[in-house]
Amino acid sequence: MNLVLEQLMDMLQFYPVLLKGMGMTLAISLIGIVVGGLAGFLLGIGRASRIQPLSFAIGVYTDIFRGTPVLVQLFAVFFLLPEVGIELDSFAAGAITLTNIAACFISEIVASGIRAVPRGQLEAAASAGLTRFQQMRLIVLPQATRMVIPSLVGQFVLLVKDSSVVSAIGLLDLTRSGWILVQSIPNGLLAFALIGLGYFAICYPMLYLSRRLEKR
Amino acid sequence: MLLDLNWRVMGESLPLFQTGFISTLSISLAAFVGAITLGVLACVMSLQSSRWLRAPAVVYIDAIRATPLLAQLYFLYFGLPLLGVTMPEIAVGVLALSLNSGAYVSEIIRSGIMGIPLGQMEASASAGLSYSQQMRLVILPQALRPMVSPLIGQAIVLVKDSSLLSLISVLELTRAGQTLSSDRFMPVEGMVATVIGYLAIYYSLKLTAAAWNRLSVSPSSL
Repeated sequence: MNLVLEQLMDMLQFYPVLLKGMGMTLAISLIGIVVGGLAGFLLGIGRASRIQPLSFAIGVYTDIFRGTPVLVQLFAVFFLLPEVGIELDSFAAGAITLTNIAACFISEIVASGIRAVPRGQLEAAASAGLTRFQQMRLIVLPQATRMVIPSLVGQFVLLVKDSSVVSAIGLLDLTRSGWILVQSIPNGLLAFALIGLGYFAICYPMLYLSRRLEKR
Repeated sequence: MLLDLNWRVMGESLPLFQTGFISTLSISLAAFVGAITLGVLACVMSLQSSRWLRAPAVVYIDAIRATPLLAQLYFLYFGLPLLGVTMPEIAVGVLALSLNSGAYVSEIIRSGIMGIPLGQMEASASAGLSYSQQMRLVILPQALRPMVSPLIGQAIVLVKDSSLLSLISVLELTRAGQTLSSDRFMPVEGMVATVIGYLAIYYSLKLTAAAWNRLSVSPSSL
């Protein structure tokens, strides 16, 4: 027991690394949430549109990324894009991968929200003289957004957790900082319990929020 | 870009990808069985009125849902030997996947049961059915149907999540792709084969879910 306490104290000496890892996890997740969220809304509007080829193309695109592991996508961006002359550092590769996967999942969520808005509302808005753009902006999107908010928050939690794969290409995020701890202090249980606590601090409030919103 | 692929190398590494594909399938299947078992157990515990049964289930579900699988995997991978438990990487991987998916399965089962109106329970109680009879004869038959589609969704997540096992050097689909890249310097070929494998599983499961939904909406169209 004494040894464990000592190891914990040693690990806490590493707090600059842990904080740095936490910062990276937060930063890269936030990029994914904000940029991926915006792109996901645009893709979702296209996916729910009546323009068949557009909806189909977006469906195929998002399916490819929804159907393959994030780790594989990350490797593809990091190791394959250089083959076609696009050199990316690990941060850019991680940010691009997470933003893209967030956009793909959010697109389907937003599209399902838009489809759930009753058709009669569009017809009413049209007969009130609103243009297609106004119908979307003033009638459909506000209602669709309200409906999908719990799923969106749930998706954000998944994104924070998915961001842990960037440790595999050497980016110093929370998971990677656990690796560094284990290399200096040989107690994997303690190190990754600490890392888990870090993720819990970020994700649990979001999970709680999503549950509360769902109940309303 | 596709036409530039080295088809000869891809043909030669077919056995490698076959092994990887089958490995991904068996890992996922084993973990899915484990997840259903854990999920049922956690769900039953979380629905009890005793706090001593409920609390461990709630802690398990929340701890899993609020942390990444990769951290859970490393926790077991680096942690189990400390407790004197040594097992092959693949077993550690299946254990981590089962524990992870079990929490989500438990939530799926729970919301399926919660979806049945309380009145049905009361009605069957007043008809003289015991608790286990109420569950077995009234609630579960109705609750199972809407669970199928989310469970298939969880299976899809599980298959994709199993790619993380490549990071603890288990040979599965993702690792097979990396092997092609590191041993033969054919990263594109490796990636294409890997992606085809995952998409094949994804679309099979997705189409199964869609077919199920069609059937369960209109059973008369059978």
